[in-house]
Amino acid sequence: MAKKVGMEGSLAVSEAVKLANTDVVAAYPITPQTHIVESLAEMVANGDLDAEYIPVESEHSAMSACLGSSAVGARTFTATAGQGLELMHEVLYVASSMRLPIVMAVANRALSSPLSVWGDHSDVMAVRDCGWIQVFAENAQEAHDLVLWAFRVGEDTNVLFPVMVNIDGFNLSHVTEPLLLMEQADVDKYLPVNKYPLPLHPDKPVTMGAFGPPFIYTEAKKAQEVAFQNTKETILKGWDEFEKVFGRRYSPIETYQADDAETLLLTMGSLSETASLAVDNMREQGKKVGLVKIRLWRPFPFEEFRKTVKNANVLVVLDRCLSFGGPGGPVASEVRSALYDQANRPKVVSLIGGLGGRDVTPQNFEYMVDRGLEIAEKGSDSEYEMIGVRK
Amino acid sequence: MTQEFVKFGKREITTDEPFASGHRGCIGCGEALAVRLAMKALGRDVAIANATGCIEIISSPLPDTSWEVPWIHTLFENTAAVASGIESGYKMLMKKGRIPQKHIDVIAIAGDGATADIGIQALSGALERGHDFVYLCFDNEAYMNTGIQRSSSTPYGASTTTAPAGKVITVGQQTQKKNMPAIAVAHNIPYVATASPSYPFDLMEKVKKAADVKGPAYVHILSVCDTGWRIPTNMSVTIGRMAVQTGMFPLYEVENGKYKLNVDKELKPVEEYLKKQGRYRHLSDDEIQKIQEHVTQEYAKLKQLATS
Repeated sequence: MAKKVGMEGSLAVSEAVKLANTDVVAAYPITPQTHIVESLAEMVANGDLDAEYIPVESEHSAMSACLGSSAVGARTFTATAGQGLELMHEVLYVASSMRLPIVMAVANRALSSPLSVWGDHSDVMAVRDCGWIQVFAENAQEAHDLVLWAFRVGEDTNVLFPVMVNIDGFNLSHVTEPLLLMEQADVDKYLPVNKYPLPLHPDKPVTMGAFGPPFIYTEAKKAQEVAFQNTKETILKGWDEFEKVFGRRYSPIETYQADDAETLLLTMGSLSETASLAVDNMREQGKKVGLVKIRLWRPFPFEEFRKTVKNANVLVVLDRCLSFGGPGGPVASEVRSALYDQANRPKVVSLIGGLGGRDVTPQNFEYMVDRGLEIAEKGSDSEYEMIGVRK
Repeated sequence: MTQEFVKFGKREITTDEPFASGHRGCIGCGEALAVRLAMKALGRDVAIANATGCIEIISSPLPDTSWEVPWIHTLFENTAAVASGIESGYKMLMKKGRIPQKHIDVIAIAGDGATADIGIQALSGALERGHDFVYLCFDNEAYMNTGIQRSSSTPYGASTTTAPAGKVITVGQQTQKKNMPAIAVAHNIPYVATASPSYPFDLMEKVKKAADVKGPAYVHILSVCDTGWRIPTNMSVTIGRMAVQTGMFPLYEVENGKYKLNVDKELKPVEEYLKKQGRYRHLSDDEIQKIQEHVTQEYAKLKQLATS
């Protein structure tokens, strides 16, 4: 029987890394990710996790060391946040292009300046196109589960892509919640040993990371794109199998009270729980409001998403990231684009809030629905609006 | 057990070429020669992490490769970190019995820009953490791959495309060459050495020694670049030898902190070395004198370290 415990989101991540019998952890401390790497270092120091812990001198080197250990076929994990993710930026593209199944937890954090250690999604949105599979967790249980799932999917020879598990900084990384800890026997049933097909080894030498002249670069990228699109099947299978072993169900798009909703809120990450409280309140007031949560951000689940929102009139998207001078928050722009060609589609309203750790309350969500309906009906002077700004 | 290439050179050197011919190096490339010799010394039980730079570019255009040993290139500044990951990965996979026990030498290869400039942080981190690996810096004294731009390893007085000898700034490079071996020594690692392919047996011996020590080792190899140094293509080996003979690039090793000069004869005037290279042709006699004084002084310091 799985044990029910009270556990901080960060530790829930570390416990999953331990259960996965991870071989190498290369990490650099950064708030709000620190508890993850501290607890992993402690597990290694106490012999609870048989892994090499590489205390690198920067996040750039953290991800670079991950490239090396993943290339020899070792199960590899790291975690970062905010500035750290940005420092890794160029290395992230290499990890995905070289098909190295590294798993990384990102405790999502705002970007400087001004310096802010607090949560939003500016960090992950800046690496949106880096070719990693990207998912968002809503609570500690999901963080725990998705890390294990990430190893299984990333290392699958039909996939071989790195996977990023996003957990909101502080709201998830530092909050203690009840969760069911996975049993080692179940984990061993679910997660096979990592068998990287062509590891760096003298017995069978390979050249990795050769450069691509113009006559071949496009084909290399096309191959990567096709392989990335094909990950979807394994992603879904990974969740099906997860349900069979652990009894918890995950889907690319998840909803709350959305079936008959005229107005839908769209969130990602820990704010989804807050938004569902707001949905309950509004439902009590007789408003037909529902919630859509994007779990799988990359590859974007177009089909599931379109199907989910097609009957709504208005879709109010809360982005926790600004795209200065752009067409709206990154998520809003994306879903607008996903819906543009559809015959039946809701009007998309882009609202931006929850920046740099600013709380978003159920009342804020109720305001967003009201304001969203107003914008959908009367239009607005701007492409997007920031909410909760003090005058 | 170190092979004694210096004593029994011809007999000890293998005909095996883990770094295959047919690469795209310039004619007379001193760096390709140095890599070839280093690989002969290392053999095939290696895994190589190569930084972006000349060697990476000349040896790996898809779908070709000059590498008959496991080789990975990822980025410019992270090679020491990638090597850290490779070493840690092997260690754990062998410990857990997932791959057979076997000694694999983890080798990082980088140019002077990737070492002394953009990659110095990753290098320092890897040396400090004590990974069992060898870092080979192939120093051609500028960013040759991008077209002869200055690095912190470019010597004073050399003209490059980003520190050219001009009408106002006439000297070219205005700063002294960064002392990378001293920086490596400051990490208290077991083995540091300088080498040159113009002294092939000495180079091979040092590379092998570096691989044999437990813990990090650093070998700084002067790699003559006839394109960037503006010399005839048949002069690389000669110029490399002159760099050592004039004291511009002394050959020494530092084992557990103890310095030893490997070639210690009376120094020839630096002028002989400078005058043979187009990159120094603008230098006035006064500047040459300044360089001579600096070299004499630095060599004296080194000698003192070696005798103390």
